[in-house]
Amino acid sequence: MPPVLSIRNLNKVYKGGLAALTNIDLEIEKGEIFALLGPNGAGKTTLINAVCGIVTPSTGEITAAGRNIQRDYRAARSMIGLVPQELTTDAFETVWDTVTFSRGLFGRAPNPAFIEQILKDLSLHDKRKSRIMELSGGMKRRVMIAKALSHEPEILFLDEPTAGVDVELRRDMWKMVRGLRERGVTIILTTHYIEEAEEMADRVGVIRKGKLILVEEKTELMKKLGKKKLTLHLAEPMSALPAGLEDWDLALGKNGGELEYVFDTQSGRTGVSALLRRLTELGVQFRDLDTHSSSLEDIFVDLVHENA
Amino acid sequence: MADTTSTTTTGPTESVTHIAHAQVGAFNAYGVWAIYRFQMARWFRTLGESLATPVITTALYFVVFGSALGSRINEVGGVPFGSFIVPGLIMLSLFTNSIFNASFGIYFPKFTGTIYEVLSAPISSLEIVIGYVGAAATKSVMLGLVILGTAYFFVPVQVLHPVAMVAILFLVSFTFSLFGFAIGIWAQSFEQLNFIPMLIVTPLTFLGGAFYTIDMLPPGWRDIALFNPVVYLISGFRWTFFALQDVSLAASLGATFGFLLVCLGVVAWMFKTGYRLKN
Ligand SMILES: Nc1ncnc2c1ncn2[C@@H]1O[C@H](COP(=O)(O)OP(=O)(O)OP(=O)(O)O)[C@@H](O)[C@H]1O
Ligand SMILES: [Mg+2]
Repeated sequence: MPPVLSIRNLNKVYKGGLAALTNIDLEIEKGEIFALLGPNGAGKTTLINAVCGIVTPSTGEITAAGRNIQRDYRAARSMIGLVPQELTTDAFETVWDTVTFSRGLFGRAPNPAFIEQILKDLSLHDKRKSRIMELSGGMKRRVMIAKALSHEPEILFLDEPTAGVDVELRRDMWKMVRGLRERGVTIILTTHYIEEAEEMADRVGVIRKGKLILVEEKTELMKKLGKKKLTLHLAEPMSALPAGLEDWDLALGKNGGELEYVFDTQSGRTGVSALLRRLTELGVQFRDLDTHSSSLEDIFVDLVHENA
Repeated sequence: MADTTSTTTTGPTESVTHIAHAQVGAFNAYGVWAIYRFQMARWFRTLGESLATPVITTALYFVVFGSALGSRINEVGGVPFGSFIVPGLIMLSLFTNSIFNASFGIYFPKFTGTIYEVLSAPISSLEIVIGYVGAAATKSVMLGLVILGTAYFFVPVQVLHPVAMVAILFLVSFTFSLFGFAIGIWAQSFEQLNFIPMLIVTPLTFLGGAFYTIDMLPPGWRDIALFNPVVYLISGFRWTFFALQDVSLAASLGATFGFLLVCLGVVAWMFKTGYRLKN
């Protein structure tokens, strides 16, 4: 099956000469949830805006369901919905009017029943007659989502959808995103909350200084790059590491009550069994031990710093 | 690093053809209508203010120019002075309001950032222009007619060529709305938005024979006035009322269409290059 979104050799140099995107190649499959991670200023928004027609690419070819976004922009754009990062809404219009406007703008015949359903799904129905400036920030964000969904897009871009959104609403949004995916909508989101990518995404892309430094299935990524931390809960707290453990990169935690060892699950020799043997030889007693897989966040932080 | 194009396809296994979306045809009429209606709705919400200001201003002009000056200048070319200034007054309001409505209409979404939606929509630049400029021109035409109606309360008004009058009303409204639209795209601050109307259009209008014929000027000034494009616009419009003209009707229409073409060219260039709209 052809990819629903294909980006080939995309470059973007802004007017001042800043290279915001460098040689981006990316393919997104239909029905996928793709999370784009990266520090501030990495180029996430620029990438999304280039696909959506807000930023003109310097070079490169982008197609949505095979339609070139520049030559065949009508067909391409009518399939794409965008929830931008900034909360940019009208102020004086009502929720209903602004969502209806969006649908029309994207060339769709009026369908009040559909708009009604979207507003219900996003818990905005009782606010439909309110003017947008009377809404809270979280509600405004939902209005922006409603606008993006109003023309029934097949590809949805969510640029930091949960920034400034409370925990409950964030869970609601995740639910909504999964619901959309079940209907075959492809979702590309950017986020600073790693837990979000971990929770939601099928694949993760990491962008840094305009370069896509990694694209990987989330589970693979966590497996591959995952580090584990072994924590030994000591019977007797120690004030310093005993001699004879120099071969391992150890640290004392909990006021000397815990001994921590971080190891790479991918390397052939993790050193765990040797460590345990040595500890026994040295007569170090421990009550308990556990291991902890690192989260995507740890991986992310590693990546962004290591590849500097 | 592993194969970066590896994927999980968890969605339904239907094909990626999008027949449902092939419906955005050669012309996005829903899109144009959405923009037009949105702009008009904003105006209708404040209809009182939108119309009261120009009506009051017009009334003041009649009081000041018509009554105060009219007692000194009796008539121009056989037309009572109060009646004579009506076409010029309408033109003056048409210029300023077309520019204001159209420039504000596009500047405001640029300023708030909501323009992103229009830029990401399946809508051509021509359709965007029809929506925004069409709405601004509609407002101006309505305003022109309201001012004409107001004038009836103060002075006798006759319109010798009503069809031509309405045609010019539309043409000038559209042209200046297009001009205002270009200003709105160009402007990067509210000050710049007012800059051209205040510094160029208003002076040219006052010097362009809105309240006199250029024949009333000293000979040297008359020749200079002929370089003022507004002279041609007002002259043509006044002709539809009284068959009085400063310059030939052909020159009037030529100047109006010429200006229309210039504005069209500028706006087309702006969209082609993404000037101050896209990065
Ligand atoms: N209009 C613009 N003109 C010039 N440079 C820009 C423009 N927009 C963004 N940039 C620059 O491009 C780079 C990428 O910005 P972008 O907004 O894409 O980052 P981001 O990954 O979305 O960051 P964040 O997480 O903060 O949203 C930054 O260095 C930014 O300063
Ligand atoms: Mg961003």
